[in-house]
Amino acid sequence: MYKLTVEDLHKRYGAHEVLKGVSLKAKAGDVISIIGSSGSGKSTFLRCINFLEKPNSGVIALNGETVRLQAGKNGELHPADHKQLQRIRTKLAMVFQHFNLWGHMTVLENVTEAPIHVLGVSREEARHKAIDYLRKVGLDERTYKMYPSHLSGGQQQRVAIARALAVEPEVMLFDEPTSALDPELVGEVLHVMQDLAEEGRTMVVVTHEMGFARNVSTHTLFLHQGLVEEEGDPEQVFTQTKSERLRQFLSGSLK
Amino acid sequence: MIDIIQQFWRAFLWSDGYRMTGVAMTLWLLAVSISFGFVLSVPLAVARVSAHKCYAWPVWLFTYVFRGTPLYVQLLLFYSGLYSLDVVRDHQLLNAFFRDGLNCTLLSFALNTCAYTTEIFAGAIKATPHGEIEAGRAYGMTPFTLYRCVILPSALRRALPAYSNEVILMLHATSVAFVATVPDILKIARDANSATYDTFDAYGLAALLYLCISFILVALFRRAEWRLLAHLRPMNTEHDGHRQRDLSPSSKNKDVANVQTHG
Repeated sequence: MYKLTVEDLHKRYGAHEVLKGVSLKAKAGDVISIIGSSGSGKSTFLRCINFLEKPNSGVIALNGETVRLQAGKNGELHPADHKQLQRIRTKLAMVFQHFNLWGHMTVLENVTEAPIHVLGVSREEARHKAIDYLRKVGLDERTYKMYPSHLSGGQQQRVAIARALAVEPEVMLFDEPTSALDPELVGEVLHVMQDLAEEGRTMVVVTHEMGFARNVSTHTLFLHQGLVEEEGDPEQVFTQTKSERLRQFLSGSLK
Repeated sequence: MIDIIQQFWRAFLWSDGYRMTGVAMTLWLLAVSISFGFVLSVPLAVARVSAHKCYAWPVWLFTYVFRGTPLYVQLLLFYSGLYSLDVVRDHQLLNAFFRDGLNCTLLSFALNTCAYTTEIFAGAIKATPHGEIEAGRAYGMTPFTLYRCVILPSALRRALPAYSNEVILMLHATSVAFVATVPDILKIARDANSATYDTFDAYGLAALLYLCISFILVALFRRAEWRLLAHLRPMNTEHDGHRQRDLSPSSKNKDVANVQTHG
């Protein structure tokens, strides 16, 4: 039984086809890393999974429940049932490259917002859980009443991870979570993500961190020009590389 | 000066003996028009930025008409213009409403400030960081929840400096109410002038009263900005009350410069 399946996803911007049929299957506890050079479509693929971008064709299912879609005028698929989409989105928590925290809310409010206003959890309970999750990502009480703009990038991204954990998602989506961080702050975020992986959370991670892809993930996908060029067990993908393109990519990124 | 104060101080502040006048009337005009303007402008601003032309366009027309004509003319139209129409006079309810100068004044003031406020809020909504909206969507918020929890709280806070400006402009704009025989501060000043011929003192006193009200409004908005815009302030000033002054974005020069556009 797969938690998340994506089948044959296509995405076009006008005449330019960004994704030419990408599939992905994640079992509970899988950590799937998606690597590839800029423009390979890896972020677009992730954003199509929770419909921040609308794919042109493809099937997406969470826990066996297929997201119902209908074709729009411009050839994109639109969710046919917004209630279903909103319900599924709460189970697919996303962590963004630029954090996208809500700037006018304190750290604690950022984490309690979705549980209270989307899931209908009581304020008290949401608060308790939020504090647990904030502790888990290594943020202490002094930060709870601060605003995102008063935190470092690494702290902000850890708040964003706590916000994602707070909706108790089935699958966590990470869109280049460390790309916008100063090099010395990357470690603290990767460390938190590694802890989550070890807890057995199901994660799909678009990343430029080859160390994370190789050592933490259970499955690696290499995207090239909108197609899966190579995929498999990370150890195999990284040491017994079959594709020439991946070899070039790896030698470039290890410089 | 002493004569005017002795004779008119009560009228200048709250009553000429049988009705509300002066500062009390000016504040009433301001409070009612600003409250109605605010309540109306929030949904209108949402419609104004809508992707659907059928929502956005009528609001655009409304704000264009009310911002494109002087408040003075609007007041004349509502007070004298409408009442000269048979349709209005023959209708019992309309007749009762438009016969009263205060009603006409409140209506035109509320619609006028609503038009300006709508544009201020619409601008602030458009300036919401796209990533914050995307995050709301990604966490399963419905469009309504997204507006209620993310877009409006963030936009209304951001609009506060411009909005405080609008409120002060509206205070100044209430001085055209005498056209509809509403006894506001300026009306009392005119009465004092014709009774004593101390022109400078009569109008000077009115100016001082407006100045005092502006001062209080500015202080209130500065407090509100300090509280509500904490997230836009550098952190090291968090507990440093003295720097409050330099950080407040509302500017008096703008108030003066924009007064003409308001009517």
